[in-house]
Amino acid sequence: MRFLLGLLLTLAIATFTGLGATWYATVHGLALGGVTIGAWTAQPKNGTLGIDPYARAMIARSGELPLGSGDGVAFSAGSDDSGQPLDGRCDVTISGVTPQARFWTITAYDRRGNVLANPVGRHGLTSMELFRNEDGSFTITAAPRARPGNWLPTGEAQHYTLVLRLYDTAVGVATRAGRETPMPAITRGACP
Amino acid sequence: MMAWIAWALGGVLLGGVVHLATILVLPMTASRDSFSRLEPVTAVNQMTLLPQPTPAGSVVPFMDPAFATAVCRYDLTDAPLKLLVGVAPSYTSLTFYTRQGLAFYAINDRAAARRTIELDLMTPAQRASVQDDEEVTAADRLIVESPMPTGLIVVRALAAEPGDLPLVRGILAGAQCRPQPTQQ
Repeated sequence: MRFLLGLLLTLAIATFTGLGATWYATVHGLALGGVTIGAWTAQPKNGTLGIDPYARAMIARSGELPLGSGDGVAFSAGSDDSGQPLDGRCDVTISGVTPQARFWTITAYDRRGNVLANPVGRHGLTSMELFRNEDGSFTITAAPRARPGNWLPTGEAQHYTLVLRLYDTAVGVATRAGRETPMPAITRGACP
Repeated sequence: MMAWIAWALGGVLLGGVVHLATILVLPMTASRDSFSRLEPVTAVNQMTLLPQPTPAGSVVPFMDPAFATAVCRYDLTDAPLKLLVGVAPSYTSLTFYTRQGLAFYAINDRAAARRTIELDLMTPAQRASVQDDEEVTAADRLIVESPMPTGLIVVRALAAEPGDLPLVRGILAGAQCRPQPTQQ
């Protein structure tokens, strides 16, 4: 009897911890071998056959098609530089410069990977349409209502993720966080 | 008491095995991976222009809304594939994915000498049979080898401004992928 109870306990714990860890890893993601710069994280290996098993499981679950390494690299951020989750009802500024690339795009997504609903039907910005400062740096304001300059509409999404994709770039598997890979700062401004 | 702790420790260890096993098996059983999502909306060995992502959803998640996207779901069992893609004004890229959604090759329009990207996709076996009789033309032919007979070719073209999107989608609508029987 004690043996049976013990066995049941073992199996219950195994199921709970094993499946729990898998669920957590595929939903939240484990940044194995990723490049983290400030609030941004990229997994350049996801665009190659050298993708790690965790990222592979996560992609199979989400159904996304990762950018191929000969195409570009995607950096994503779910929170600002101070670690606060990005809130679509707040003003959030994305400012600075990016690593060298032919061009880049920035997009805000909800949890399921859909673009954010907003009154103007605008879902992202490209580096080619940006207003820039004299030194080449830029400031983008992600906010629910129109802002002067570069405005990225966030609708009223409670939580969103920013994805900055660098296309035709040297940033890749060999890249480390450092001076050659400056990513823009993400700062939270006014909040209702 | 000791016995219970031993049972619990055994459970945690077994949990680790369960975790690793499910991580490795999951990609093979996923029913909502990119290939499964694209299967109902694409035809085999034909190029399909995907709708732009909307807040209500998109064929695959995390699509870049600045891009027009076309997909060719390929099957090389019978013959290699010929690909012809007109280059959009700003940027065009081709990414090749295996059936499991792993990117095994990607090129962009810098590799295109003219305003068209032209290449052949084949299995290693098909390539081996081509090389013998077509050595002369091999130099100016771009050949990509697919590690598996089935997979996806995703063509992405940038609209630098939202106003460019209709033009870019028009260019991608003309992209072609079609089986190319080898001449015997």
